[in-house]
Amino acid sequence: MAERLRPAEKFKRDRVPMREQDPKERIKNFNEVPFGYSLEEAIAEAQRCLQCKPPSCVEGCPADVHIPEFIDKIIDEDIEGAFKEIKITNALPAVCGRVCPQEEQCEGACVMNKKGKPIAIGRLERFVADWARDKGLVDEPPPEEMKKNKRVAIVGSGPAGLACAADLAKLGYDVTIFEALHKPGGVLVYGIPEFRLPKAIVQYEVDQIKKMGVKIYTDYVIGYIKSVDELVEEYDAVFLANGAGAPSFLHIPGENLNGVYSASEFLTRSNLMRAFDFPEYDTPIKVGKRVVVIGGGNVAMDAVRTAKRLGAEEAIIVYRRSRAEMPARAEEIEHAEAEGIRFELLTNPVRILGDEDGNVKGIECVRMKLGEPDESGRRRPIPIEGSNFVMDVDNVIIAIGQNANPIVARSATGVKTNKWGYFIADEKTGKTTHPKVWAGGDIVTGAATVILAVGAGKKAAKSIHETLSGQ
Amino acid sequence: MAKILKKEQWSDTIFSMLIDAKDVAKAAKPGQFIILIPREHGERVPLTIADSSVEEGWVQIVFQVVGKSTLELSRMKEGEDLYSFVGPLGMPSEVEKFPGKVVMIGGGIGIAPIHPIARKLKEMGNHVVSIIGAKTADLLIMEDKIREASTEVIVATDDGSKGKKGFVNAVLEEFLATEAENVSKIWAIGPPIMMKACTISAGKFNKSIIVSLNPIMVDGTGMCGACRVTVGGETKFACVDGPEFDGALVDFDELMARQRQYKELEQKALELYKAKEGIA
Ligand SMILES: Cc1cc2nc3c(=O)[nH]c(=O)nc-3n(C[C@H](O)[C@H](O)[C@H](O)COP(=O)(O)OP(=O)(O)OC[C@H]3O[C@@H](n4cnc5c(N)ncnc54)[C@H](O)[C@@H]3O)c2cc1C
Ligand SMILES: Cc1cc2nc3c(=O)[nH]c(=O)nc-3n(C[C@H](O)[C@H](O)[C@H](O)COP(=O)(O)OP(=O)(O)OC[C@H]3O[C@@H](n4cnc5c(N)ncnc54)[C@H](O)[C@@H]3O)c2cc1C
Ligand code: SF4
Ligand code: SF4
Ligand code: FES
Repeated sequence: MAERLRPAEKFKRDRVPMREQDPKERIKNFNEVPFGYSLEEAIAEAQRCLQCKPPSCVEGCPADVHIPEFIDKIIDEDIEGAFKEIKITNALPAVCGRVCPQEEQCEGACVMNKKGKPIAIGRLERFVADWARDKGLVDEPPPEEMKKNKRVAIVGSGPAGLACAADLAKLGYDVTIFEALHKPGGVLVYGIPEFRLPKAIVQYEVDQIKKMGVKIYTDYVIGYIKSVDELVEEYDAVFLANGAGAPSFLHIPGENLNGVYSASEFLTRSNLMRAFDFPEYDTPIKVGKRVVVIGGGNVAMDAVRTAKRLGAEEAIIVYRRSRAEMPARAEEIEHAEAEGIRFELLTNPVRILGDEDGNVKGIECVRMKLGEPDESGRRRPIPIEGSNFVMDVDNVIIAIGQNANPIVARSATGVKTNKWGYFIADEKTGKTTHPKVWAGGDIVTGAATVILAVGAGKKAAKSIHETLSGQ
Repeated sequence: MAKILKKEQWSDTIFSMLIDAKDVAKAAKPGQFIILIPREHGERVPLTIADSSVEEGWVQIVFQVVGKSTLELSRMKEGEDLYSFVGPLGMPSEVEKFPGKVVMIGGGIGIAPIHPIARKLKEMGNHVVSIIGAKTADLLIMEDKIREASTEVIVATDDGSKGKKGFVNAVLEEFLATEAENVSKIWAIGPPIMMKACTISAGKFNKSIIVSLNPIMVDGTGMCGACRVTVGGETKFACVDGPEFDGALVDFDELMARQRQYKELEQKALELYKAKEGIA
């Protein structure tokens, strides 16, 4: 058991850094970049927490993780206790600890952030979850007497679907998830790369949810094999968590040339289908010497870092605003910079150039400047006339966002969508316009974050429980 | 997981399999396809649903060995499980009772996908004329089933070893020369070059034609955009917006270029697999 520090000592200490793979080495492999804390490092970091009452950090966490409580247990070296504390509210701690934009959430809200030294809540959460996995801790199904004779269908096994399933299973509901792909996990398996979120970890968290009695049917595309209308007939409640899985394109000339990928295709090939391990795995991926990725979010960072690891000599981000406006997590941008990614900021593509065989050979871009703020409050980028230039490139990867995929919605009578095709759902409960149907995650909000999807899944679970149990 | 219930070899390179997939069989409509992964580590392979039985709970696929995945699939045995099998996918064919005659053209392996559409059309009371063609008589598949599903059948082979000698689009032109007024709908399914030729032939008689596109696909649910094709100057995702489109609007040259995207890598995968398995 480690000692409790006095506040003055807490303020003196710095955040415990996390060790990570050397950038020169890691660009040659797909292993995870950060190594995670050791027990000693975790304790040292935990000792800095002020144990605020009320804790402002929790307000920043959409899953209401019991942050001071779990951190306090780390100091006691009661890691199992810390794990159970986290699991009360968050079914996916190993994932969230790794991919949450903590600087905008828990850590952003931590009082110590005022001094620029927020508690490394994400790293601690990750440490606890990894420890539990090493020890093989398993979640138990609820006791028989908790079992309710009510069935809930969930469409999609991304973070929203998984979180909702976990909470309902804990309450004794009979839960079935329908997943279109052959592996559960949603963006966690097909989008976010191995070097940021190892797939074995996602699999483990999914297995935990299965151990609680949740059934997952993969290869099951709702909208084709079964409609939402049929699910409504067969189940007591339905939760729609099918994500925002339809890639946006730029609609500029040359976009269908060979060598142009949507980030979704590029990352799905590499992550889900494991093309990075071709020909051990059969799915091919083609990366040339110079790769340009269009966009400035997490998806763009993942694509550009993947391209580098797949052998691109030069991997370049083209983003139309400046670094300050880039929506990616701070850590991802830093990691990309350390890995030698080139950033062409305030730059926008105009057209993609091809050779006579239909392969990409270059991209024409224009320089931009920032004008007045637009509706989103960000300064609007304006092209600078006459600043066009051409780069020779072998691949262009488009990472400018996702749209709503209509397959689920068109099979759901009575569930209203907005003009972009996203389900209309109550922010607090996830209730849609159909009394037996709830919705949450990216298919309601548009592309957002893992933890917001988890939060939406939890809210829907609570509301479904209240409705089905008549509370 | 889906079990291979029955496997038949129809020619050197063409195989048929019945797959145990009750829910898929129940939902399947003409024109739709499935995606399978033969074994773990495998890739996602789209194949058209050639037939299905709700009572017996199976889906039939008919495929031609062209590379590593189809070769591996062809070597799997009855009783083995496919690693993954998902469907039905894509928009169903728009079938109804049309006035006059409907012409169904199947080229090579494309004969398999016209079968469920022809059968459905006939069930609905249409007069179905099927034109089926292959390189040689040995490669001509499903003739009996097509005859059952059609009112008239015209057979053609490139070398004349069976039926008329020549390409199916020539047969189509010959047919339209006398029957154009009676024809209200034409479908053509086969290699892109054949669908392109049929589109041109139909165009000579001012006839529109529906083709079923087979670009490279990954998820098959509109999530990745790998399958994008240009139709009428607009980008469409063949897996969800199609696979059937109005042939006259399709940019076939782009489709063919995109299909060649992974040629060297596919070749390498095939050679490695053959070496590993000791196949000549
Ligand atoms: C490359 C990438 C990197 C990202 N990085 C981060 C990050 O670092 N931090 C962060 O917080 N967020 C990140 N995000 C965003 C985050 O992953 C998403 O906001 C989150 O996954 C949304 O969860 P969801 O459950 O709503 O949907 P998804 O994760 O999209 O899951 C939806 C699931 O539903 C399935 N489905 C779809 N249609 C059907 C159907 N018809 N029938 C059955 N199943 C269906 C899909 O196959 C999928 O498995 C990233 C996203 C991407 C693409
Ligand atoms: C909607 C649709 C329906 C199809 N129906 C049938 C069918 O009923 N019978 C049949 O024999 N074939 C069908 N195909 C084609 C079949 O999917 C390919 O022949 C198969 O994927 C080749 O895989 P391979 O590894 O054996 O060959 P590879 O060596 O990988 O490739 C050989 C050629 O096949 C094509 N191909 C490769 N990968 C894919 C992919 N993921 N998706 C589509 N095409 C690919 C490419 O043009 C490539 O050059 C269909 C394709 C689509 C898109
Ligand atoms: S779930 Fe995310 S936001 Fe919540 S405490 Fe963990 S890292 Fe922070
Ligand atoms: S706000 Fe920061 S210091 Fe306070 S309890 Fe939360 S993590 Fe600890
Ligand atoms: S195959 Fe991915 S969108 Fe069509």
